[in-house]
Amino acid sequence: MSPKVSEHNAHPLSLGKYIVGFLGSVVVTMAAYLLVTRGSLSKSVLVGTLATLALVQFIVQMVFFLHVGDERRPRWKLMVMFLMLGVVLILVLGSIWIMNDLNYRMMDSPQQVQKYLKSQDDL
Amino acid sequence: MLTQFANAFLGRLSWHALPQDAITRGGASAIVLGGLGIVALITLTHRWKWLWKEWLTSQDPKRIGVMYIVVSVVMLLRGLGDVALMRAQQATSVGNSHGILDASHFQQIFSAHGTIMIFFVAMGFLFGLINLVLPLQLGARDVAFPFLNSTSFWLFFAGMGLINLSLVIGDFSAAGWLAYPPLSELKFSPTTGVDYWIWSLEISGVGSLLSGINFLVTILKMRAPGMTLRKMPMFAWSVMGSMTLVAFAFPILTVTLTLLALDRTIGTHFFTAGGGGNAMMYVNLIWAWGHPEVYILILPAFGIFSEVVPTFSRKPLFGYTSMVWAIWAIVLLSFTVWLHHFFTMGAGADVNAFFGIMTAVIAVPTGVKIFNWLFTMYRGRIKFATPMLWFMGFTVMFTIGGVAGVLLSVPAIDYQVHNSLFLVAHFHMMIISGVLFGYFAGLTYWFPKIFGFRLHEGLGKIAFWCWAIGFMLAFTPLYILGLMGATRRLDHYDASLGWQQLFIVAGIGVIFVLLGVAAQVLQLVISIWQRDQRRDLTGDPWGGRTLEWSVPSPAPSYNFTTLPVVTARDQFWADKHAGKTVEPRYEDILVPKNTGAGLWIGAFAFLVGFGMIWHMYWLALLGLVGIMVTIIVRASDDEPEYILKAKEVEKMDNALRRRKQYV
Amino acid sequence: MSEVTSLDMPRLEAEATEKTVLGFWAYLMTDCVLFASLFAVYAVLHGNTFGGPNGHELFKLPYVLVETMALLTSSFTCGLAMIAAQKRDKSQVLFWLGVTFLLGLTFLGLELSEFHHMVLDGNSWRRSGFLSSYFTLVGTHGLHITFGLIWMAVTSVFISKRGLTEGTLKRLTLLSLFWHFLDIVWIFIFTIVYLFGSLSI
Repeated sequence: MSPKVSEHNAHPLSLGKYIVGFLGSVVVTMAAYLLVTRGSLSKSVLVGTLATLALVQFIVQMVFFLHVGDERRPRWKLMVMFLMLGVVLILVLGSIWIMNDLNYRMMDSPQQVQKYLKSQDDL
Repeated sequence: MLTQFANAFLGRLSWHALPQDAITRGGASAIVLGGLGIVALITLTHRWKWLWKEWLTSQDPKRIGVMYIVVSVVMLLRGLGDVALMRAQQATSVGNSHGILDASHFQQIFSAHGTIMIFFVAMGFLFGLINLVLPLQLGARDVAFPFLNSTSFWLFFAGMGLINLSLVIGDFSAAGWLAYPPLSELKFSPTTGVDYWIWSLEISGVGSLLSGINFLVTILKMRAPGMTLRKMPMFAWSVMGSMTLVAFAFPILTVTLTLLALDRTIGTHFFTAGGGGNAMMYVNLIWAWGHPEVYILILPAFGIFSEVVPTFSRKPLFGYTSMVWAIWAIVLLSFTVWLHHFFTMGAGADVNAFFGIMTAVIAVPTGVKIFNWLFTMYRGRIKFATPMLWFMGFTVMFTIGGVAGVLLSVPAIDYQVHNSLFLVAHFHMMIISGVLFGYFAGLTYWFPKIFGFRLHEGLGKIAFWCWAIGFMLAFTPLYILGLMGATRRLDHYDASLGWQQLFIVAGIGVIFVLLGVAAQVLQLVISIWQRDQRRDLTGDPWGGRTLEWSVPSPAPSYNFTTLPVVTARDQFWADKHAGKTVEPRYEDILVPKNTGAGLWIGAFAFLVGFGMIWHMYWLALLGLVGIMVTIIVRASDDEPEYILKAKEVEKMDNALRRRKQYV
Repeated sequence: MSEVTSLDMPRLEAEATEKTVLGFWAYLMTDCVLFASLFAVYAVLHGNTFGGPNGHELFKLPYVLVETMALLTSSFTCGLAMIAAQKRDKSQVLFWLGVTFLLGLTFLGLELSEFHHMVLDGNSWRRSGFLSSYFTLVGTHGLHITFGLIWMAVTSVFISKRGLTEGTLKRLTLLSLFWHFLDIVWIFIFTIVYLFGSLSI
């Protein structure tokens, strides 16, 4: 019964990587939190920054916790992940584009128009 | 107190759930008598033990594949029954006559028709064929996850069970095969109908998703030594593309069905008309799944044609590389066109134009494929066996339906014909001549490999011609009717419209189709009766090119005595013509043990569905716990496989050689 | 399998593990699409408050921060369990799994408490499209966490009874993939639902 689990990865697990991943995630989470609760950035800049921070933490956890990139060739896991990201982007952005467009054209009351115009001002 | 307990225990189940009128009693009787008939047959022939051991608990994809096909054939008959009723209704329900059905039954019938045909006929044939053929074509013994494979089948079976039960207890959805809200919301569909629809699809959908993952990993990880992707048969490539779509599209369906279920059970406001819901979001999501779904169905049909055409043209496939690129172009593009199903929902010109253009673009890789098949035939030595006939029918009718699709891809045109019979004719032409003819070609092509004897060719040809003629008669009138303004799902229309004659022609078409089905049933019966004279003694009845033809017919349980080593595309063809004889070698084989765990998971899933539909939440919870316990018990099994010793394999192989079931 | 065989069992077991890990990864990718659909619904419906409260009025960020840190730490301790598994240290594995479980349970408890208060205040999933999509998105994540915790408990039982075999190690690998994945999904819930929500975006 010779276990060979870790020999599948090109690189064995290292404590250092997990610590880097953990601390990195903590820092990014705190930064995002503080920017919202204590920060004074304008809304649109803040949204962009928070989105970027989320993406950074996503990559950090993918690399250091899920060991993406450690795969031996052929890199099926990586390919499937990129396909997934493509589908997710199309689905989410496409749905938002479509539904926004529909909602805009379906506005049926002066109040709705007012609310829409107001939301355009804020952002 | 007692009534309170009964209510909690029985949910909304009551005697009223049983059929109340002649039509529903007829439908229920058919299901009940059919079911009892099957049980009686098995009991009288003392085959329960055999059934359990050889089929129900089998982990062999060849067995699981046959079970999928059997279920799909039964459901095809039910779906065609729906067709006969609908065509009869529309041919006779004019002016003062209201035909044979009232509106409520008509609506349930067309809803059931679409749901059954897509989910329980097409998907069933699809997974059946993949199970039967893929491992053999890849030079493998099994799929990547045999237990998951079995579970997927039983989840499919549970979904099928629910949709058939709706004929006996309760009613079925009257909201169309996709159940748009607000009609499918509780307010407008308060009965169990939509819930049957939701849960049978939710459960079988999970089965489909698991199969998608299973077959994808099979292709990635279990190809024979030396079989690089570029040496893989085209059917396997098409399965790879299709299963990628399954993996990424079915989660969208799961979410959308769940949200509708939540609206109907716990009072959420996803798609309700008030409370901040947005019914248009349902249409958006369901088609974000729905469009990839049609490509899930058609890609393997294309893959089948890519096997059939070279074999019956006695030439290698033209343009292998461009075929592969076309598959992946279709896979990627199929996620960018879904809005064309709701151009008329009211989006602006820019949104509609984008999706219209992408829809036109996706026709291009399909066109590439059709040209490649035609180029394969060019200068070949064509043999018009039944599988090849199904392909020829496809080329004509799929092209007609396809160009109708290109018309529909233009939003301005679509505004005129959306939801008319023009649309109905278009998508039926795509699905029937593409998916169904493709799967028929596959079934007739691979039948000898699966069962060990050949089908009666003459009856096969008759069946094809009945289907082809019937199909053209049934749907050409619908193009015309659609342009004349006839909308879909009409249960009655005015005499002054002058539509009746065309509906009658369509009805005659369906009669031809039913004759074709009768020919197919007869073909099966006679072929089984004559099977000893029809034995496939070589394993290669058609002169095939790929690895599945290198094993005896029917394929032995272990597929190959030793896994083949592949150095070229169409390895079997190359070996055949090099006069290569392989010395038989035998080795120990690891085989999954039979297990009923997949069946239990399916049974518990059925209870979850039934419980949710009838608001017997204790039953749903019991089912869920049952599934979890079964999984844990299965996981604790330390030895799910046994070793088939080389000597055993040698014995089995020698028996086949003695019976001359070898090349 | 103790019989004599020509099969190279260790190699076959290693190949089976590789296959299973790939298959489970593929499943996780499909789960990402599932969550993406829920995010899409949330994006479309989050403004539909139907006269009821929005995120800014409902979400208490300090509380959510504690939840987030609990889950993040549990993802880290799960990694520590994997390192212990690599060293074949059974008691360390069980220890870190236990810590992960407790942190996960804390997360779940905090989340359920948050839900409970909202429901008591009349802000349940029935209140508006926004709240329907909020409860479903966050609730689906919580349901995954629940299944993960059950799986963790069962795995711990298997490991304590059978030790670190190829089989239990394979299951542990899958579990850790699942648990890390859940924290990654939470990154997006934290940002898009809670942070954006409290900014009334």
